This record gives sequence, C-alpha cells and structure tokens, in this order.
Amino acid sequence: MNTAPLLAVDGLGKAFDGLVANRDISFVIHHGEIVGLIGPNGAGKTTLFNCLAGFHTPTTGRIAFEGRDVTGSTPEAAAALGIARTFQIVRVFQSMTALENVMVGAMLRNKRVAEARDRAEEELAFVGLSHRADTPASDLTVSEQKRLEVARALATEPKLILLDEVMAGLNPTEVREASALVHRIHQRGIASIIVEHVMEGIMPIAHRMLVLDYGAKIADGTPAEIAENPAVIAAYLGE
Amino acid sequence: MTADIFIQVLVSGLLIGLIYALVAVGLTLIFGVMDIVNFAHGEFLMLGMYASFWAFALFAIDPIVALPLTALLLFAVGVIVYQTVIRRILKAPMLSQIFATFGLMILLRGLAQFFWKPDHRLIPHSLVSGNIALGPVQFGLPQFVAALGAVGVTGALWMFLHRTRLGTALEATAIDREAATLMGIDGQKMFALAWGIGAACAGLAGGLIATFFPIFPEVGSNFILIAFVVVVLGGFGSVTGAFLAGIIVGLIEVLGGFLIGPEYKTAIVLSLLLVVLLVRPRGLLGKA
Amino acid sequence: MTTGTTLSRKAPISRKAMGTGALLALAAVLPLAITEPSQQNFLILILMGAQMGVAWNIVGGYAGQVSLGHAVFYGIGAYTSTMLLTTLGLTPWIGALAGGLLAALFALAMGWPCFRLKGHYFAMATIAVAEIMQILVTNSDFLEGAVGLYLPMDRGGWGWLIFLSKLPYYYIILGLLVLTVLVSWAIERSHIGYYFRAIKDEPEAARALGVSLTRYKLIALSVSAFLTAMGGSFYAQKEMFIDPGSVFAGTISIKIALIAILGGVGRLTGPVLGAVILITIEEYSRTLFGSTGSGTDMIIYAAMIILVAVFSPSGVLGLLGDLRRHLPGAKPAAVKTEKMEVRP
Ligand SMILES: Nc1ncnc2c1ncn2[C@@H]1O[C@H](COP(=O)(O)OP(=O)(O)OP(=O)(O)O)[C@@H](O)[C@H]1O
Ligand SMILES: [Mg+2]
Repeated sequence: MNTAPLLAVDGLGKAFDGLVANRDISFVIHHGEIVGLIGPNGAGKTTLFNCLAGFHTPTTGRIAFEGRDVTGSTPEAAAALGIARTFQIVRVFQSMTALENVMVGAMLRNKRVAEARDRAEEELAFVGLSHRADTPASDLTVSEQKRLEVARALATEPKLILLDEVMAGLNPTEVREASALVHRIHQRGIASIIVEHVMEGIMPIAHRMLVLDYGAKIADGTPAEIAENPAVIAAYLGE
Repeated sequence: MTADIFIQVLVSGLLIGLIYALVAVGLTLIFGVMDIVNFAHGEFLMLGMYASFWAFALFAIDPIVALPLTALLLFAVGVIVYQTVIRRILKAPMLSQIFATFGLMILLRGLAQFFWKPDHRLIPHSLVSGNIALGPVQFGLPQFVAALGAVGVTGALWMFLHRTRLGTALEATAIDREAATLMGIDGQKMFALAWGIGAACAGLAGGLIATFFPIFPEVGSNFILIAFVVVVLGGFGSVTGAFLAGIIVGLIEVLGGFLIGPEYKTAIVLSLLLVVLLVRPRGLLGKA
Repeated sequence: MTTGTTLSRKAPISRKAMGTGALLALAAVLPLAITEPSQQNFLILILMGAQMGVAWNIVGGYAGQVSLGHAVFYGIGAYTSTMLLTTLGLTPWIGALAGGLLAALFALAMGWPCFRLKGHYFAMATIAVAEIMQILVTNSDFLEGAVGLYLPMDRGGWGWLIFLSKLPYYYIILGLLVLTVLVSWAIERSHIGYYFRAIKDEPEAARALGVSLTRYKLIALSVSAFLTAMGGSFYAQKEMFIDPGSVFAGTISIKIALIAILGGVGRLTGPVLGAVILITIEEYSRTLFGSTGSGTDMIIYAAMIILVAVFSPSGVLGLLGDLRRHLPGAKPAAVKTEKMEVRP
C-alpha cells in the first residue's frame, strides 16, 4: 500500500565555506530496505547523514520523507518523523547508565518514565546489552557504546535508522553479530542506511549500495554490481 | 555637540581604550592558549598598582621608573598562579575552572586588604602630572603617558609573538592548540608563559594607571567586565583583535557615557558584549 | 528485567524518604532548641542559601547551563513583591508569586537569545544581563534608585509576612526550601530531568533523540528563575529593606552558583550541603576575623573555593562518595563529573 518511497533525496548538495562535501546526490530508500553507503574517507557520508537527520541544512536539493518535504528541518523534528541516527564518534550520555541512555530515546514516544524504562529494557535486550543495563555508559567499551547508540536510536521507534560506522574497530565475531543485528532491525520493518568501511560486514546483508566519492554519488546498485563497477574500483584504488 | 567637544570625547575614549586593550591582550592570550577565562585578571592589574605603590612609598621610586620591576614581578605571579592552581584544573569541568579563577580573585583581593588595608591610595607627585592642551583639546599627561605605554607594550608583545621563535610558538598554540602540539610545541611551557605574559601585561597596565587612578583592593572589578567585552569583541585568542576592540570599547564607553549619561556607560559596554555574542560570537578577528 | 531489580531500585528511594523525613523533623524542631535570635538568624541564612542553591541547580546542575547572573531573578523577586506591597498594598503572598512569574518571563526573554551560546559564552552573557539590570535599577527613579526601598513598618503578621521575631521567618524559608526541593525532585524523576541530563552530557545526541534544546533549557531557566525570585521576595520581607547592591549584585549571583558547586551540582542534596558549609564558613570567618577589613575572612573563603575547585570537581558530595568507595566492603557508585563545554 506504500507506493511512495520512504525517503527520496533529489539533487542534494552541501558546501562549507567553499568546500563542497555533498554535490547533486539523488537516491531513494524504500520501506525496510538495508542500504550500504560507502566511499573513501572524506567522501561526504557523514555530511549526508547530517543533512538527512536535520543537523545540516542542505545548500541545494530536496529531501522528502514519506512524501513530505523535510529539507532543512531540525534534528528533533526529523527524530519525531521517524529518522534516527547514531554518531560516528560515539556520543553516549556519560553521566547516565546504559538503561537511562536508552530511556531518553524511548521518551520521544512516551514521556512516562516507568513505561519508557520498560521500552528501554526491551531495546537493550534487542542489542544484547541487558547485562550492562545499570552500568554507567562511560564504563562501557567503545563497541558496547556503539550498540548502546543503536538501542537508543531504536527506542525512538524510527522508520529509518542511519548507522554511521557501527562496525568500525570490531573483531570478526563482533562484525558478524553486528550484521545479524542489522538484519533483525530490517525484520522489524525499519529501513537502514549504513555507512561502513568494513566491507565484510555490509556487503552480505545490504540490499543495495550507494557509493560516494568527492561528495558525489558515483554508483547505486546491488553489492555484486558495485563490486564490479569500474568507477568504484577506481575511487578506492585512487585513495 | 560641537566639534571641539566631540574631539575631546574621542581623545578621552582613545586614551582609556588603549589601557583596556593592554588589560585585555593578556586575558585573550590566556583564553586562546588554554580555553580558560581568568576571572582574576583584574587582580593582576590591582597587584601591578600596589607594586607601584610600594615602590613609591618604600623606596620613593616613581611608578613609571618601576614599570620593568612591576612587569617582572607580575610575570612571576602569573607563572606561580599557573603552577599552583591552573595546572591542576586544565582538564576539570568548566564550572571548576570558573570557580578556581574566581576564588583566586577573592584571594588576591583579600591579600591586598590584608597587606594594604581597604583604603583608597594615591601616588602624589609622579614624574608625570599636569595637563596637555592641544588647541581646544585637553587631556592629562599621566593618561597620555599611560596610553603611550600601553601602545608600546602591546606593540612589543606583538613583535614578540610574530618575530621570535618562542612567541610564534605561543601564538600558534593560541590559534590552534592541537596543531601546535602536533608540531611538537610543549603545551605546559606555553601555558605557563601565557599566564606570565598575561599577568605582566595586566600588571603593566596597573603600573601605568597608578599615576592617576586610585589604588584599592577592589580596583580590578572596574576593569574585568570591560576586559571581557574587549576579548569577546576582538575575538577570543586574538591579540590584534583585542587591541582594536580595546580602542573601540573605550570610544563607545566615553561616547555613550557622554550622550546617554555616565552612569550608563558600563551598561552600554555590556550591551555591546551581548550584541557581539549574539550576532558575531567569534568577534572581529577570532577564529571561526 | 526481573522484579528483583525493580524492587532493589525502589529500596534506596524509601530509605532516602526516611532520611529526608528525619531531616525535616529535625529542621522543624531545631529553632525550639536554638532560641538565641542571632543563632536563629544564622539558621535562616543557611536555609536561604540552600533554597537559592537548589533553585540554581535546576538549570546550572541538571541542565548544565552555567548561569552567573542569577541575582537578576533574585532582585526581580525582591523588587516586585516590595513594590506591589508599598505602592498597591498587595500582600507578599501574592507579590512573591507575581515576582516569580515576572522572573520566569524575564528568563524566557533572556534565554531565548542567550541559549544559542554555550559554556563560557552563556555564562558571560548572564553576567552581562545581570550587571545591566543592576545599573538600570540603580538609575531608576521609579524604583528609588540607589536609595532602595523600605517595607512598611506599620503592618505585621501572617497576612503581611512581617514579624518581629525570627521564628516565623525560619518556618517560612523552611517551607520555601521544601517547596523548592519538591519541585527539583519532581523534575529529577520525570522525563524532564532525564532530558536535562541528556542536554548537559551530549546536546547533539539529545537532539537526535527528539529533545528540543531550546525548549528544555528555557524550562530549566524559567523554573529556576521563578524559585530564585521567591527567595528574593523572602529576603525583602526578612530584611525590610532592599537596594540594588543587596539583591542585584554580581556577588549574589556568584554565591548562588558557588553553594551548588561546593556541595556538588546535579544532585538534590548537594546545594543543601553546600549552603551549610559555605554559610557557616562565611559567618564564622566574618565574626572571628571580620569587620576589621583585614581581609582574613576573604582569604579563608577564597582558599576554600580554590581547594574545592582544584581537588573535588564534583563538590563535597563527590568527595564523600570517593571516601565511601575507598572504604572496605563498599559498593561502587557512579560519581558524576561535569562535562566541559566550550566554544559557541
Ligand atoms: N561542519 C563542517 N565544517 C566544515 N567542513 C566539514 C564539516 N563537516 C565535514 N566537513 C568536510 O566535508 C568533507 C566530508 O566529510 P565527511 O565527514 O562527510 O566525510 P566522510 O565520508 O564521513 O568521511 P569518513 O569516512 O572519514 O568518516 C570533509 O572534507 C570534511 O572535512
Ligand atoms: Mg564519516
């Protein structure tokens, strides 16, 4: 019944005092889709996330979420509409426990503390951090903090989640677990865009891949197509 | 307002503005180098004034002659303050930093009361006294000498920051601390140096105005808020910015006081602070 | 989660409630044991300090927005209730409420632009606002300028909140403190408290979770302003005289913040503890060394501020927490340290 794409980005560009971080990027994301977003360092992936989540106002182009124009909205408005994100450099609430971190996310939909706590416990369990619920977030390992950010984002009941390098620095077992987590997010009907340098983590699970280079989209296709795309290979070799 | 009065007001504003600039360059240097706002900066000026007062009262040395001594003494005070207190709060929360320097402010005022009593003191018969008349415009010789001294010291500081290795390193740290550390500049040494120089500048300002300004333990409070305005307007960390902003603030203060009423001059300057913070928080020449 | 942990989570609250009840009972009977007016006055000063500190803590502690201009709210409270009393003959029961509301409105008006600033910059803006206000009031003929305002001497009793003895003042400020603590406690336990802490820790992450920074910072500042203004009204009633220097001065702003910081910000009991310590030291060093202007009282006061700032960023409460954790058999507890936040 949902024929309109979940997210439609059209001609998006973002410049910082002359430095163009995103240029003329267009793509769509469908409901529940898992989309990988890759590209060399500084390609503009995080900038794109910042535009989608309302942290940056795009210089050009439009962003439509569920058919509604959300270009230049605020982060809090984006979150309310159902766009959640994690941060490449983790930003957990240091003075709170893991559970309390997730509760803050859950409070977007339910301001009652007790109910937000129940919801947060479910999400902690979902990412496998139940045993750390009462641990101060600052005492978690970095990989646990990244998972905590995922739980916190999921607690806002998003329709689209933007994951920025959640697999960076993980060992192979942990990467597999993270891939499984992304798959379970997909099973909940939540679409995800995943920025990742860890190809083994993203290629097997992504339905589609977007590739950025120097701020522009250079490829958009299945992981298999991307792996053979000459422009992509050139971008990575030229790094 | 006639042209004569206008010029007179401009000259007074310029003279006091140069003093503000000298007080503020030290403050901005400290902030630029280490992101700490020194609430006790006015007290360095106060100590500079008392240093002149003692030199005069005990050894009959004129404040102007005593300036090099004042500078050395205050440099030492700045370094000691850094080594004993500031060094320990570099990584502390902002609240602790504010209150450490705030505590320092009260401590120095308390010490001044202890040693010199709360009375207002004046240094009579300095080498420089009397008035200068340039056509219709009149101003005090002490004020003129102080402003000249302020230009000299700020100029010397500028030369130091741009023409010497040590100074360049300090300036580099103020502009971009991380880059400076990567270049192998010793942060701790730079921090101590910034405090020494900052305190010496404020102390010199104190020594320069000691010839015409009453000396008392709370005298720093007259200068600290204005110095904040100058630092913000000039752009945190920018010595050149502070110099320009000092003059601007002096002019606005005197002109505003003349047009609206002297009782409102501080309010005018503080309104300027709010406007700058809200419209252009990086000030005239600050880093983005 | 199992019911076991839910229970254990609730247990400390009830223990806390018992402790609070005991403390309150003690506070209620204390002035019956201490009857000397100057000593009762000392107790009143502590409660006043605690009330200010708890009110400040809402915005400065929980939400992490360091205001160094809270005297502006204190002064608005004192002047509003006093002006309403002297010009319109309005009882301070209403006057204090009006002062609180006016201060909250002022907080909204000043917070709207100033909350775009962070860290030092916000703190400086609050100093500037408070100083400007002091200058304006000092030069206002309507408010009697530097001369100040006297409360009418011809009225008295609970209708006017004017008394000869200290005792009623003690119970009024105790009541106001309890109110302030209750408001803080309610905030701490509700989603607002969680949002405040989130904003303090990681504002950007809070926004990503749908928290409007401006809205919640404004809530924090206006609630804090309202309660601070009530404290100001109380000051006017107790002293029967106010002038800009006694309620709008920068030193009051600093003292308000200092009380909270000394005890430990972001926690309910911190400011109360801070008030006990700070006011005691302030009064005793003044009576022991003071009034001669020798500066000794200032030196002691300052040394204490510096020591706390340098050695215990999380205040005396943090210090106690550290001690407890180092005792054998103690349970580790998370000590919250404040996050540094600079640059706009
Ligand atoms: N706020 C900003 N102001 C100025 N320039 C920025 C800003 N954010 C990003 N940039 C610049 O934009 C470009 C793209 O950065 P971005 O962080 O989006 O890249 P990325 O693809 O996420 O890289 P990485 O893989 O290293 O995370 C870089 O040159 C970066 O320096
Ligand atoms: Mg990135």
